[in-house]
Amino acid sequence: MAANLPNQAQVQGGAGVTEPGISHNEHTHHDEHHEQGFLSKYVFSTDHKTIAKQFLITGMLWAIVGGTLSSLFRLQLGWPESTFEWLQPLLGKWIEAGKLNPEFYLALVTMHGTIMVFFVLTAGLSGTFSNFLIPLQIGARDMASGFMNMLSYWFFFISSVIMFVSLFIETGPAAAGWTIYPPLSALPQAIPGSGAGMTLWLVSMALFIVSQLLGGVNYITTVINLRTQGMSMSKLPLTIWAFFLTAILGLLAFPVLFSAALLLIFDRSFGTSFFLSDIYIAGQALPNTGGSPILFQHLFWFLGHPEVYIVIMPAMGMVSEILATNSRKPIFGYRAMIGSLLGISLLSFVVWAHHMFVTGMNPFLGSVFMFLTLIIAVPSAVKTFNWLATLWRGNIRFTAAMLFSIGFVSLFIAGGLTGIVLGNAALDIQMHNTYFVVAHFHLVMGSSAFFGLFAGVYHWFPKMFGRHLDEKLGYVHFWLTFIGVYLVFLPMHYVGIAGFPRRYYAWTGFDTFSQFANLNKFISVAAILAFFAQFVFVFNFFYSIFRGRRASENPWRSTTLEWTTPVVPGHGNWPGAIPAVHRWPYDYSKPGAADDFIPQNVPYSQTQSSNLPYEKEME
Amino acid sequence: MTTLGILLVLALLLVVFGLLFRLQILTSIFSGSTNREVGVSNRVNAILFIIFMIVGGAAFAWSFVDNYDKMNPPIASVHGHATERMFWTTMIILGIVFTLTHILLFVYSYKYQHKEGRRAFFFPHNNKIEIIWTLIPAVVMAGLVFAGWKEWSRITGPAPKDAVVLEVMGKQFNWLVRYPGRDQKLGMVNYRLIDATNEFGFDLSDQSGLDDFVAPEIHVPKGHPVLLRIRSRDVLHAVYMPHFRVQMYAVPGMPTKFWFTPTKSTDEMRAQTGNPKFNYELACNQICGRGHFAMKLNIVVDEPDDYVAWFSQQKSFSEQNPDVLASFKQKTNKLASKEATIPAAAVVPAAKASL
Repeated sequence: MAANLPNQAQVQGGAGVTEPGISHNEHTHHDEHHEQGFLSKYVFSTDHKTIAKQFLITGMLWAIVGGTLSSLFRLQLGWPESTFEWLQPLLGKWIEAGKLNPEFYLALVTMHGTIMVFFVLTAGLSGTFSNFLIPLQIGARDMASGFMNMLSYWFFFISSVIMFVSLFIETGPAAAGWTIYPPLSALPQAIPGSGAGMTLWLVSMALFIVSQLLGGVNYITTVINLRTQGMSMSKLPLTIWAFFLTAILGLLAFPVLFSAALLLIFDRSFGTSFFLSDIYIAGQALPNTGGSPILFQHLFWFLGHPEVYIVIMPAMGMVSEILATNSRKPIFGYRAMIGSLLGISLLSFVVWAHHMFVTGMNPFLGSVFMFLTLIIAVPSAVKTFNWLATLWRGNIRFTAAMLFSIGFVSLFIAGGLTGIVLGNAALDIQMHNTYFVVAHFHLVMGSSAFFGLFAGVYHWFPKMFGRHLDEKLGYVHFWLTFIGVYLVFLPMHYVGIAGFPRRYYAWTGFDTFSQFANLNKFISVAAILAFFAQFVFVFNFFYSIFRGRRASENPWRSTTLEWTTPVVPGHGNWPGAIPAVHRWPYDYSKPGAADDFIPQNVPYSQTQSSNLPYEKEME
Repeated sequence: MTTLGILLVLALLLVVFGLLFRLQILTSIFSGSTNREVGVSNRVNAILFIIFMIVGGAAFAWSFVDNYDKMNPPIASVHGHATERMFWTTMIILGIVFTLTHILLFVYSYKYQHKEGRRAFFFPHNNKIEIIWTLIPAVVMAGLVFAGWKEWSRITGPAPKDAVVLEVMGKQFNWLVRYPGRDQKLGMVNYRLIDATNEFGFDLSDQSGLDDFVAPEIHVPKGHPVLLRIRSRDVLHAVYMPHFRVQMYAVPGMPTKFWFTPTKSTDEMRAQTGNPKFNYELACNQICGRGHFAMKLNIVVDEPDDYVAWFSQQKSFSEQNPDVLASFKQKTNKLASKEATIPAAAVVPAAKASL
């Protein structure tokens, strides 16, 4: 029987069920107890749930690395006059006569950005939850291609290893900023990090993009083809809509970054001049002419801007889901929420040059991009209002996931609003590349995406591991982080309005930037404490996997399909037939219903007392 | 020894935390709160949101007022006053939105916290409300876009014809400044001619470059439009002059420009800020390598008369570096002997311009 077949055949058998809702005898035998080697179960697994956990844990490790790097450079920024001999055991030769090497400082900010944006908030966030939730919430036995899904993780893994190795090489990791603008990133003469470190960065990112594309193709295919019976697009949970559109953005945007990286590799190694022109450096005039560094920026930001929505949209989707579940209310304006996701996705491709208002780009183009950029505020505003309306007259349970979701809304508003300043070209003249920008994006895409990630982990942990994360530790984690984030990034706006440039090793050389030494110290202390608070979560996570309180099948009394699976779903997710879907995912507190939630798989014929007039026909 | 002590204290702290954590779990099991769906902590969290709103809001307001004076670099250009007004107008609008939405967020969280027996209001959508709150931000955005577009077009429009022209060139890790001299024309430069003496790469076979002079700092006249021509000779840099609200990248291979009108002389600004050592500063604002954070240039805004006096005292690069000039003369002479008819025509306009 099927129970004796190797893992691979089973998953394919499961995924091959394109007509769900029909009972297949072989699947009734699926359970966790069949024979599986350690390697195929935990390492080279093709099961979407295991791959999701692999992404999550790798992402957490990366987040600790990224956070450590930021603590190191915040030390320098808070105490620019101090010496850091005590860091010598960790940093070795990068501490020169007690001072942090300025080039290594730049490497720290570069790697912090790269790691957080790509490895944590792209791979760690959407890699985890797209993988985990898409099959479970649409009613599929696995991803369309389990094998490609496995490849997606292992490409990410190799890319991670290469990026991690680059931290330790002699000339240091890439140091040209996470945006790796050439010529700085193209010329080792300009900064040592642009030598081997940059090569490894580019190789790692190329593999990372392969991983993203393998994952993205899979997510899109799965959502389009493997939805269970009755699961029309207009019955999808908002999480799935968000993951679906995120995957489309990634599929369209990442190849452009790939091309930029490829051209940069050519410029670095094969003597081409795509991005180089008229350069005299290190006592030598280079032969390159005719290239344009600005071309690189266009290519980079054509990915780079959709990228911030790739980071934030999965968080938006999960937050919508969690807010509705824990307010015991339907998400307000389900269709408007989908519409605004579509609007954001579309617009995200035509706003990239707002990162380039003062690069010397034609001012007319600047006007066009200012117009398009400020339009994107409208769907974002609609989403915010709808979240607020979802809370209104709810019956709110403050689970840790709910706290982080409310925190997400707060941070998204706080960070999103200042985008209106930066999207205005006339105001961007002063604010470009200052700490105002740093504060803006750390709130709107950094912290709030992290909050979405935390919310997701607290909410779906019971389905991942069959146990709960400790709620009290979750509360402590939330309040320390929420307060910490505001203490770091609100004052940072003041520093930015005063014009402090980003990526400065110290501001002590300028009288113009001398007034905020104390405030910078304050920000550094808050940042480092907030970082340490994250270890509460790390402890909670690993402790609860083994010793957490046991969960029930549907601990949050939620409506979506993943909660109809066993406590820990095995291969193929449902032991019997895949449930068919009859209703939208947000039937919470429906008048006339016995309970305050009606799962998606309950037919209207069983809920006659609560059916709305137009639903009567569907009984 | 102290390290060992610190480690010991940390280890003890961890043990204490661990014990507290276990204790908390055990008490919650005994009190039975793990079996209740919604416990006391729900109320605690709801109250914490209100406390967060009040204390956090007060702290935000206090710190903002406390730091307000330090936040605004004094303005010294015509367009700077306009953008500053627009910035704070926008910030006020954003501040109102921020405050209102956060009051709703936290008050709703508190007010609609779980209560036994209450049922949430089934309210899936309302088209009228949704249209209203789509239109309001759209209208506000339209206003902001229009204001921003008008100002942006004015700032980036062509510089007045009588603008004082000068060139700033970024290199790792300082700035070079060049003025066009009496003929008001910047001479040709070529990056292949750059060396230790000829840092700009002057091509002195171009007549209009003969009177160009270099300066260790920028001098500009007060109340007169200034056109900055900007270039870089190695990696990206950015000219950032916070007091003038000026910023533009310096791009190798693609000269850029920015024009502005200074409104206050350095002396006036020293009087206004009460700081006798005040100087306008130009900072590099695009990551360029090791010395990025120290790439500074002083800017002096003179009264127009002082500016003319300073300008007339400057000696041209070619005058100060006769060797460089001589090497170009040799080359030009060779060229001239080959095609003797052309220079005669070229000399006339150059001579006129130098008048």
